Amino acid sequence: MSQDLHAQTLTQLAVGLERGDFSSVELTEALLDRVAAHDQSLNAFVTVTADAARAAAKRADAARAAGDIGVLNGLPLVHKDIFCTKSVLTTCGSRMLENFVSPYDATVVERLANAGAVVLGKTNMDEFAMGSSNETSYFGPVRNPWNPDCSPGGSSGGSAAAVAARLAPAATGTDTGGSIRQPAALTGTVGLKPTYGRVSRYGMIAFASSLDQAGVITRSSEDAALLLGVMAGFDERDSTSIDHPVPDYTAALSGSLKGLRVGVVRQHFDEGLDEQCAAAVRESLAVLESQGAILTDVDLPNLDLSVPTYYVVAPAECSSNLSRFDGVRYGHRAKDPDDLFDLYCRSRGEGFGAEVKRRIMTGTYVLSAGYYDAYYLKAQQVRQLIAEDFRTAFADVDVIAGPTSPTPAFKLGDKIDDPITMYLNDIYTIGANLAGLPGMSTPCGFVDGLPVGLHLVGPHWGEETILRCAHHYEQLSNWHQACPEDYE
Amino acid sequence: MSSSWEVVIGLEVHAQLATRSKIFSGASTAYGAEPNTQACLVDLGYPGVLPVLNEEVVRMATKFGLAVNATIARRSVFARKNYFYPDLPKGYQISQYELPIVEHGELFIIDADGNDKRIGITRAHLEEDAGKSIHEGLAKSSGIDLNRAGTPLLEIVSEPDLRSAKEAVAYMRKIHALVRYLGISDGNMQEGSFRCDANVSVRPRGQEELGTRSELKNLNSFRFVEKAINFEIERQIELIEDGGEVVQETRLYDSDKDETRSMRSKEEANDYRYFPDPDLLPVEIDAAFVDAVRETLPELPDAKQQRFIKEYGLRVDDADILTNSRALADYFEAVVAATQGKTQGVANFVIGDLLGALNRDGFDIEQSPVTASDLAGLLDRIKDNTISGKIAKEVFDAMWAGEGTADDIIEARGLRQITDSSAIESVIDQVIAANPGQVAEYKAGKDKLIGFFVGQVMKETGGKANPGQVNKILKEKLS
Repeated sequence: MSQDLHAQTLTQLAVGLERGDFSSVELTEALLDRVAAHDQSLNAFVTVTADAARAAAKRADAARAAGDIGVLNGLPLVHKDIFCTKSVLTTCGSRMLENFVSPYDATVVERLANAGAVVLGKTNMDEFAMGSSNETSYFGPVRNPWNPDCSPGGSSGGSAAAVAARLAPAATGTDTGGSIRQPAALTGTVGLKPTYGRVSRYGMIAFASSLDQAGVITRSSEDAALLLGVMAGFDERDSTSIDHPVPDYTAALSGSLKGLRVGVVRQHFDEGLDEQCAAAVRESLAVLESQGAILTDVDLPNLDLSVPTYYVVAPAECSSNLSRFDGVRYGHRAKDPDDLFDLYCRSRGEGFGAEVKRRIMTGTYVLSAGYYDAYYLKAQQVRQLIAEDFRTAFADVDVIAGPTSPTPAFKLGDKIDDPITMYLNDIYTIGANLAGLPGMSTPCGFVDGLPVGLHLVGPHWGEETILRCAHHYEQLSNWHQACPEDYE
Repeated sequence: MSSSWEVVIGLEVHAQLATRSKIFSGASTAYGAEPNTQACLVDLGYPGVLPVLNEEVVRMATKFGLAVNATIARRSVFARKNYFYPDLPKGYQISQYELPIVEHGELFIIDADGNDKRIGITRAHLEEDAGKSIHEGLAKSSGIDLNRAGTPLLEIVSEPDLRSAKEAVAYMRKIHALVRYLGISDGNMQEGSFRCDANVSVRPRGQEELGTRSELKNLNSFRFVEKAINFEIERQIELIEDGGEVVQETRLYDSDKDETRSMRSKEEANDYRYFPDPDLLPVEIDAAFVDAVRETLPELPDAKQQRFIKEYGLRVDDADILTNSRALADYFEAVVAATQGKTQGVANFVIGDLLGALNRDGFDIEQSPVTASDLAGLLDRIKDNTISGKIAKEVFDAMWAGEGTADDIIEARGLRQITDSSAIESVIDQVIAANPGQVAEYKAGKDKLIGFFVGQVMKETGGKANPGQVNKILKEKLS
C-alpha cells in the first residue's frame, strides 16, 4: 500500500502515521522516489535534501516511539527556496545566491521543524519571487503537472507543482501579489496567504516587505489549516508580526455556511476574465449559495488601480531590499573587479536576471528625488483607498469571492516578453496584499483540462472564515482531489 | 577676519547612545573588539534578517528631548537612506527622516560678550551607524569592520544660529556635557562616540539671505571643530573677495595639514531615495512614557550651576567648571557635605589641586586616587589649623601617591602645625635677633619686610608654624 502514500493528503498521512500504518521513513522514501522519478521533467526542486529528510524521518519515528511528538511529526513537506535554511542552499531562484548557504533557519522553517516536519527539499521559484510564471528563475522554469507546456504560475511555482504532482503533500510559499494563490489556481491546489503579520517574515528573503507574507500550498483546506496553526504567531524577531492569538484553525473548519455573507465583486467579472473561468467561478458561487451562503454584490471601485499601485510600491521596496546583494559579504561576486564600482556593477549585473533588474530600476526611479511624490507617495495614498474599499466591503460581507486568476495556466514563453500582460495575471490577488488581508485559492473546475481557482478573501484575521468556506466547498465539489494524469 | 562678513554655522552632532546592544540587534556595542566579532547577522545585512528596535534608544532620545525643552514626537518613523558603500551592509542606513523623534529644542551658550545666547535645536533623530573601512596594511584591497554597524546614534541638528567657531565649540561642549549628564552617551571623542559635522557659510553683514554653505565632515575634537571652521570661514571669505563663488559641497578636514578639502560637490551628491522602512513600525510614544522619562531626568548642568552659585556662594566661573560634568559636581558636593571647611575653599582646592592632578595624570574624576571623603578629611585639617594651606598641598600630593589619609600623612611626616604661641614667640625672637638690619628698615617704614620675617619664621619651623599667629606675633614684636 505504500505505493499510494503520495496520493494522501497531509491530514490523511497524519492519521496513518499515528495508527502505525507506515513509518515516516517509509513515507519519506516513497516521496523521495517520486521526486527522483518526476522532477527531471517538472523542475520543481532547486535542491532535494534526501539525506537530511531521511535523518529527520528517522528522528520522527523515534520520537513517535518515545511518545514525544509535535503535530506534524514525520510529515513531509517542501520549502520554497526563499526561506533561509541552515546547511542547505537558499538560492531564491537567483544566480546571485546560487551558492548561498544561510547560517540560520527562517522562523517558518524552525516552527515547522519543531513540530516534527520532514523537509524533502527546496522548491524552484521566480527569481526573488518576482514573476507570475516561474520563468524568471535562474534554474529554469517549472512545468505545470497538468500540461508540461504550461507554466505552473509563480512565484511559488515549484511549491505548487510539487504538491500538484504529489511529490510532496504540502509546501510553504510566499505571496507578495498573488505568488501563492495564482500558482495554486493554475495547478489545482489549495493556496493560503494569511493576514499580513500573521506569520513571521524572519528568514524569508524580502522582496517587498510591506506586502510579503508566508503561507502554504496544500491539497486541501484542512491541510492548510493544520500547517497555518504551526506557522502562525508572533515572532519577536519580526517587528511587523502581530501578537494576535492563534486560533484552532482545524476546529474552525466545521460549522455551516448558513448566513455567511459572500461578496461578489462586480468588477471581477468585467473584461479580462476568461469566459470559461468565469463560468466555473459562478458555478462555485452557486454551490456556496446552495449551502445557505448569501451572495451579495460588492463594489471595489479602485480595483483597477491595484496593479499600477503594486508596481510602484513593490519595486520601490525591492530596489532597497536587494541592495544588500552587492558582492561584498556573500552571494555572487564578479571576478577580478577593477575597483569598487566595477565590483558592484558586475556582481549585480551578472547576479540578477532581467525581471529583477527591471523592478530594481523601476523602484529606484519611483523613489528618486523629484519623482517620489508623484509615484511612491501617490501609490501609498491609493493603497489606502484600496484598503478603505475593502473595509467598506467587509462591513457588509464576511468573505469576498471571485476568480483567482484571469485565465487558466498559460503556455511557457507566452507572456514572458510582455511584462504588462504578465503583471495583469495578479489583478484579482494583489488587492489582498495591498490591504494586508488573508486570501486563498481553492480548485473550482477545469477549462480545457487546466484547473481554475476560486479566490476567497477575508477581513483581517479572517483566516478561519475563508478556510471554513473553502473546506465546505471542497467537501461538495471534490475538484481539489483531481490529480494530473501523469502523476496519479 | 574681515568684519564686513557674518559667519553662519549649524552643527550636526552625532552622539553614540550608551546602550549595551545595538539599535536593531542584540549584538554588543562595546568598543575595541577584534574586527567583525561584534556583528550579528542583522548587522551583517544577511538575507532574510529583520531589524528590531532597541527600546532603550527611544527612552534615551526622549530624555535628551526633554533636557533641551523640545517636542517629543508622539509618532516618529524610521526611514531608509539608500546608498551603496562596503561598510553599509544593507545598502541603506536606517535613520529618521521626515518624522524625527525630537523637534524644536533649544539650549543656551554664553556668547563673546558674556551674555546668554539661545541656540535652536531643529531636531534630533535616531539612526544606526555604519561600519568602518580599513585601508591600512592591506595591499590592493580594503577591509571592512562591521563591529560599529548598527551602533545607535542620536543626530542632533542645530539651527544655523551659531556665529563663530568659538560659539560652535561652546555649543558642542554644552551638548557634550548634557549627554553625559543624562547618561545617554559616554561622549568619548577618541572612540568616535561623539563627533560632528559643521555647515558653514558666510554672508555680507546685514544681508538676510544665507550664503552657500559647505559641510565639514567628521570633526571629532573640540579643537578640530574650531580650527576647521576657522579655516573654512577664511577660505570662503577669501574666495568671495577674490571674485569667486562658494559651491555647495562636502569637505573633509585634514587635521595634519589644518585645511579642509573637497570630498564631493552637490552634483555628485547621492540621491538617498528616503522612504519609510517597511520592516519597522512607527515609534508611538504616549504621555505616560514621556512623564516616566521626565521623572528620571537628573538636575541639568544649567540648573546645577545656578544652584551652586546660590547655595554655595561660588563665583560663576567656578560653578561653571564644577558643573561641567555630573561626576565632578557630585564629587564637589560630597566634599562640601563631609568637610567643616568653607565651600569656596573646597572649590579652590578641587579646581586648582585636584583637577590639576587629574589633568596631569590623565585621569577622569571617577578614577581620582583621592576620594571625596579623603579630600574632606584634608580640608578639615586646614580648617582646624592642624596644617596650613601650603602644607595641605604637600599632604595632598602624598595622598595622591597613595600614602594614606591626610591624618596618617600629617602624623607620619610630622606636619602638624605649631600653634603654641610660646614656641612661635621663641622662634620669632631668634629671627629678630638674627636680623637687626631688617628690623631697623622695617621700623623705618618698609612694611613689606613683614613677608621676609614671616618667611624666616616658616623656614625655621619647617613651614609648620601657623601663619596667622606668626603674622600677629611678629607685628606685635616689631611695633
